[in-house]
Amino acid sequence: MLQLQCPFCGLRDESEFSFGGEAHIARPLEPDALSDEEWADYLFNRSNVKGFHREMWLHAAGCRQWFYAIRNTVSYEFTAFYRVGDPLPDLPNRSVPGAAK
Amino acid sequence: MTNRLDTAGRIDRSKPISFRFNGKGYVGYQGDTIASALLANGVKVIGRSWKYHRARGFMGDGVEEANGLFQVQTGAKTIPNVRGTQAEIYEGLEFTSTNAWPNPNFDVLALFGKFSFMLPAGFYYKTFMWPAKLWMTYEHIIRKASGLGVAPKEQDTDHYEKTNEHCDVLVVGAGPSGIVAALHAARADARVLLVDEQSEMGGRLLSQNVQIEGNASSEWLRSALLELQAFENVTLLGRTTAFGYHDGNFVTAVQRLTDHLPESKQRGAREKVFRIRAKQVILATGAHERPIPFGYNDRAGVMLASAVSSYVVRYSAPLAKRAVVFTNNDGAYQTAIDLHRAGITVSAVVDSRSETNGDLPEIVRGLGIEVLTQSTVVKSKGGKSVTGAYVQSLSDDSKSLVGASRLFECDLIAVSGGWNPAIHLLAQSGGKVKWNDAKVCFEPDVVVQKQVSVGAANASFSLAEGLQEGAQAGDAAAKTLGFDPATNAAPKADSIKEQAIQPMWRVPYNADKPWDGPKQFVDFQNDVSVSDIYLAVREGFHSVEHVKRYTALGFGTDQGKTGNIVGMAILADALDKDIPSTGTTTFRPNYTPVTFGAVAGPDIDGTMFDPVRKTAIHQWHAEHGALFENVGQWHRPWYYPQGNETLQEAVNRECLATRNSVGIMDASTLGKIEIKGKDASKFLEMIYTNNWKKLAVGMARYGFMLGEDGMVMDDGVTVRLADDHFFMHTTTGGAASVMNWLEVWLQTEWPELEVFMTSVTDHWSTAAVVGPNSRKVVSSVVDGIDFDKDAFPFMGSRHGSIDGVPVWVNRISFSGELAYEVNVNANQGRHVWERLWAAGQPYDITAYGTETLHVLRAEKGYVIVGQDTDGSVSPEDLGMQWAMSKTKDYLGRRSLALQELRREDRKQFVGLLTVDPKIVLEEGGQILNEPAQQIPATMLGHVTSSYHSACLDRSIALALVRNGHKRQGETIYVSMNDGRTVPAVIGSTVFIDPKGERQNVA
Repeated sequence: MLQLQCPFCGLRDESEFSFGGEAHIARPLEPDALSDEEWADYLFNRSNVKGFHREMWLHAAGCRQWFYAIRNTVSYEFTAFYRVGDPLPDLPNRSVPGAAK
Repeated sequence: MTNRLDTAGRIDRSKPISFRFNGKGYVGYQGDTIASALLANGVKVIGRSWKYHRARGFMGDGVEEANGLFQVQTGAKTIPNVRGTQAEIYEGLEFTSTNAWPNPNFDVLALFGKFSFMLPAGFYYKTFMWPAKLWMTYEHIIRKASGLGVAPKEQDTDHYEKTNEHCDVLVVGAGPSGIVAALHAARADARVLLVDEQSEMGGRLLSQNVQIEGNASSEWLRSALLELQAFENVTLLGRTTAFGYHDGNFVTAVQRLTDHLPESKQRGAREKVFRIRAKQVILATGAHERPIPFGYNDRAGVMLASAVSSYVVRYSAPLAKRAVVFTNNDGAYQTAIDLHRAGITVSAVVDSRSETNGDLPEIVRGLGIEVLTQSTVVKSKGGKSVTGAYVQSLSDDSKSLVGASRLFECDLIAVSGGWNPAIHLLAQSGGKVKWNDAKVCFEPDVVVQKQVSVGAANASFSLAEGLQEGAQAGDAAAKTLGFDPATNAAPKADSIKEQAIQPMWRVPYNADKPWDGPKQFVDFQNDVSVSDIYLAVREGFHSVEHVKRYTALGFGTDQGKTGNIVGMAILADALDKDIPSTGTTTFRPNYTPVTFGAVAGPDIDGTMFDPVRKTAIHQWHAEHGALFENVGQWHRPWYYPQGNETLQEAVNRECLATRNSVGIMDASTLGKIEIKGKDASKFLEMIYTNNWKKLAVGMARYGFMLGEDGMVMDDGVTVRLADDHFFMHTTTGGAASVMNWLEVWLQTEWPELEVFMTSVTDHWSTAAVVGPNSRKVVSSVVDGIDFDKDAFPFMGSRHGSIDGVPVWVNRISFSGELAYEVNVNANQGRHVWERLWAAGQPYDITAYGTETLHVLRAEKGYVIVGQDTDGSVSPEDLGMQWAMSKTKDYLGRRSLALQELRREDRKQFVGLLTVDPKIVLEEGGQILNEPAQQIPATMLGHVTSSYHSACLDRSIALALVRNGHKRQGETIYVSMNDGRTVPAVIGSTVFIDPKGERQNVA
């Protein structure tokens, strides 16, 4: 079981959290200005990264706050946890075994 | 006891133990397993194989055992498929064979074996494809004939526990390398947890008499364990199997606490699961010996060489009078030595290698034992058990047999095809293995967690190497964690000169047709033979995962611990590939089967596993005869039968009473969320499809919530309590997901909004008083509210009190009738309900449940989200354009303009009236254009809700139908479970009071 560092509560077991998918997908400010394809891209398409990935987590059985994490989708290693509004931590500049070039 | 040496071994001859196997009494000693005790009693045939019902005996001495499975204990305490090689005996123990009737020596179903040519790989798929309807019959017979133990039928009476453990260093396996690793980490002050699955710690040392540090290994073991026990920072867990290795160095282990004790001595929990978080893990899990398939290698008396040594040395059970040893490596020569020392004649050591110049072969030759090099056992001789071994020479390239075969009389064949490191936990942890050509095994390669493998688990098979690696790993783990390991050297063991192992995967009977020859078993538990693997390849199964599933290789309770690698090597040969490119199947938890009791832990009594939610009025419902249904975790009153009423009769009565006078329903389970803050209305504008800014204080509005994909997600009434204060109702089942939905938008997308939310579902008790007389009932008990129809209009919300208790009343309706929902602090819920009930007596007030609620709302065409919708339904599909604002943005709005949602032939929400008013359609029934259609029929939608309406004295239904809004008045056909189709006419979803006048009671 993974462990996550909730930015509000500290290190807790994964079973307290729920996963919220890829992070920082802003809702378009003017939806009507988008074509169907652009809107569908916002709705459905996710980057599906093999490697370090910014994602959303909810401390569901804790403080109920959403926060962000950087996780390696191959090794499941977390390299950063940060709050909404925090400056974005850099993605680690490390190669990931088997990741597409 | 016919077979027991007089001295030595780890059994306590002063403590005899009586037990019963298949109804017959036997005696063993303290320290015996089921296997050693039966073997010492001369019991060789202990069960029948899974498919062919062939007589089988023990092949191993530990976790790898594939044949020796038993049904242990009886009744509620029974456990199926217990490995007899690991289960300890105790006074009064009873167990039976798992797959033999009437007994293993005379098995009626052994007939299957005679027809084994009719039961090849893929037999199930081939035989039962057609006709499909007979599958149920076949399955019944097959399930009875095959399979293993029987699950208990009674409620488990035992107690199980779970606990969390934290340590610096977890060592899995207390063989020599694990013990040394634990010692070295412990001496550096690290917090150490050492788990081992056996009743005694020591691993392979328990079955060996060797020298460590110049002393007998048993002496070294005793003092090492004493030293470990003396450490305060060390926890030793015996009878504990680490069965899962998960992310974050999280290892799950189960300890068997009472299964080795007579029932009279069992106290406390039967099993305990440890959830271990370790900073460093040292895997000292050892290795499993593998067999070499040869003809009829499954006869009782063919055993793994290491197991033979174990029975002879550890349990003093000599097993046989004459033995043949068959090997491709030096290790089995130790077995020959052990047998010889125990007084058993070793007729020959048969070695597939051309040279055997190691130290052990030298000793064996010195004992006068015949060593046959470049030779193989071609088949065993005997009936149920072995009486001899046919031996033949191999050609120089080992690809064919040469010369004539020689028969050696023997009642034991000890086999060693080499060793497989137990890489299961490593693989579960995400690690990768690689093939080692020199050692002929898979060994650990890439490690992704904080972990190291040592000793035999790391393909370092010699004792000297294992001790060295254990010491290094213990020191390194401690050092990584900031401890200061003392500089003590690893204990020394003699290094032995060895001749390298050579691969030997099967007997080359026929170079052109490698599948030819007598049956050679690879996977004993699933009766998979060499020819089955070749057959699978000939039939087009090439991936190792496919071959596994087609032949059942590596299935079963042993998960192929002995047979897998042999099977994969044969597969590689059949595919003309090498072993690394053939690959292995995936190792998944659990390492060995874990009981459901252990998994469930203390939640097993059924009350804690899934919490039950009851409303404040629950007891009243129970006292008034309500039957309950589960809605999520809630128990809601379903209906209140009187006398012998059926469901339909009760619902008819409840519906009529409500529409004609007054009914009362417990609506407390509806989700409730309070939303407060200066931006609350702005927030609701984005969440709901309709407008909220202009809603007056003291008024309520019905709202639709969409996902961003435009599909209906939830609905409910929200009340404005103050300018900056709203009270949202959600569906009963949707309360938690709606709360999540609101939180994610508020926290991550619009954190600048000043809005606060609290889930208050449980804080309020809600009684819905419904019907033309509801005003008279409610107004007679509520103080402080003007109930005049205009002063307290429809969708109005007012505050008052009952007996001084503050109540809050909403005039909202889910039935089309005049109705009031009376909310009160849940602690006063039952009191207020009873006051309303008493006030309703003059009007024959009738309590109703969820079934009547559903009928009443369906008569009005009100949607139930999740029943009439399924995540692919837009508000326009429901005909709810009126609830959608055109003047603002909201979640999901843009999606409604997508091409797919503008299609005119979408499935749309309509009412259905059957031509025959007596027929009630089946919910889920498919809708067709014609009464009969060729299969596959063109399905136009389905019935979402269907009831008999007592008020209309006919059936009504709601449905989603392709292009339904434009098909009003047309006849369609609904398929029923019995194959009929029933004609029905598409119409309005509103069956009663289409103008909505009923709630305008003066």
